[in-house]
Amino acid sequence: MAISKEQVTHVANLARLSFDDAELSQFTDQMSEITDMFNELQAVDTTDVEPMTHVVDLVNVVREDVPAPADPEERKALLANAPDTEDGYIKVPAIFNNGEDSAE
Amino acid sequence: MNFFDNDLTTIHNQLVNQELTSYDLTKQTIDALKETDKTIDAFLTLDEANALATAKAIDEKGIDPDNLFAGIPIAIKDNIMTKGLRTTAASKILENFTPVYDATVMEKIHANDMVVIGKTNMDEFAMGGSTENSAFKTTKNPWNTTKVPGGSSGGSAAAVSAGMVPFTLGSDTGGSIRQPASFTGVVGMKPTYGRISRWGLIAFGSSLDQIGPFSRSVKDNAALLNILVGVDKRDGTSVGDHDADFTAKLDAGVKGLRIGLPKEYLGAGVQQEVKDAILAAADKYRELGAIVDEVSLPHSKYGVAAYYIISSSEASSNLQRFDGIRYGVRAKDAKNLNDVYVDSRTQGFGPEVKRRIMLGMYSLSAGYYDAYFKKAAQVRTLMRQDFANIFKDHDLVLGPVAPTTAYGIGEDVSDPLTMYAGDVLSVPVNLAGLPGLSLPAGFADGLPIGMQIIGQSFDEATIYQAGYAFEQATDFHKQVPTLGGNN
Repeated sequence: MAISKEQVTHVANLARLSFDDAELSQFTDQMSEITDMFNELQAVDTTDVEPMTHVVDLVNVVREDVPAPADPEERKALLANAPDTEDGYIKVPAIFNNGEDSAE
Repeated sequence: MNFFDNDLTTIHNQLVNQELTSYDLTKQTIDALKETDKTIDAFLTLDEANALATAKAIDEKGIDPDNLFAGIPIAIKDNIMTKGLRTTAASKILENFTPVYDATVMEKIHANDMVVIGKTNMDEFAMGGSTENSAFKTTKNPWNTTKVPGGSSGGSAAAVSAGMVPFTLGSDTGGSIRQPASFTGVVGMKPTYGRISRWGLIAFGSSLDQIGPFSRSVKDNAALLNILVGVDKRDGTSVGDHDADFTAKLDAGVKGLRIGLPKEYLGAGVQQEVKDAILAAADKYRELGAIVDEVSLPHSKYGVAAYYIISSSEASSNLQRFDGIRYGVRAKDAKNLNDVYVDSRTQGFGPEVKRRIMLGMYSLSAGYYDAYFKKAAQVRTLMRQDFANIFKDHDLVLGPVAPTTAYGIGEDVSDPLTMYAGDVLSVPVNLAGLPGLSLPAGFADGLPIGMQIIGQSFDEATIYQAGYAFEQATDFHKQVPTLGGNN
């Protein structure tokens, strides 16, 4: 079952990645080969087999949602990792397409 | 300081008897390491000033004779959070990232007064088996510098193999501790899933990831695992007590132990010298009084397919957090929010990481979920049952770690399917959540061969027991590389 370039483009969009034409061709070929390998699993009879998504028997671990005191030094260190900040906030570009500072 | 000839107990005694200070040990370690690393490229970041200051403080406090690890150097894989020390996961997207907290294992390392020397190279986000997927450098195998050290914890394995440090930490999602240990001739443990808190480990495949120790000997490995384990309220999947003693059964021998040798692990595709070494190890165990017979893991041949579906699916979700907003590298020319996401991720991730994200996203997407993710999760159940069947009347499973010895740098990197196929003997352990140890079992053309001892959940002690008996009866672990030369 070969994967098409359109499918790869669709998945790339979901993954928030973009590829140029050469990369798209390469990824399409490689993903087709790899998913062919994945298809070997179809040979296994899994009738009535429960899927296993985790190794340990998980129980929800809950605690009271109590805010812990914020350490100003830690806040400073966290913000130092952000690509862009202003007045103690993380700064991002305009969310809509009309460019920065658009009020529309 | 030479970590080839001095085991942990020897160094500890020198520190306790004040024949050596932690400061001098640290200084000598760093001086020698800088020289060796010109050839090996095991390190991404050295923390010289802090390491020396820590060692000095430990000396001033006095070495605790009851703490084997006081003043002992260690290096850490670069996907484990180290407060104040750059942590990149060998990715451009985290090139300038400095954690504001320590991983739980780092708190334990510090509480035991170990001296953190630096951070080791790896495949980007732990995806790969050669360290060639690092965004920064390719680590060389100390036994032959034209060969890969394995991966993804290749820097951690090579650093111990080359005698630069006595201990390192790695992480293992599908073989990333055991396979590089095998390729470089050192001891590496992937503990039972849940043994060690994953809090502060940069997530790849959350149902598979485990942190574990590298060392030069089985005994030292068991001792280090002792201080790393225990339930952690910050990791809801962590289990087990803090006082487990993995060294307790080291001297018990293997008389009467029942060891299974899966026929699938010695089949087609496994290098002849690797098979021979494992069969020789099986004979050694018989000689030492163990009962070794053939067993079967009938679904193990589906392990690679199931593993790459499950681990990539989990990775595609885990790596959504890298969006160029709160930390990491943000694409400079992005004009709107969507461009920030797409451009930062496209520029920040390397090709293998993108491939895994794409495979995972595809396996989870509408119309494919049942055929891929669900099917893989069902096969995972069958693989766990295969092991459970063997453990009904066996204590341990023995086999190779990898089908081959270390391959050449550049040989496989452009062909993902060939790379993935090399994981066939290591991924079943992760899928089943079991502990697995890699230790030296021979050589082929001057390159180490590793053998894998797999145990039941939370029975690392029996694995170490068998590993130690083998080590005492052989001298493979005493061989050392003449760096870069012909062995």
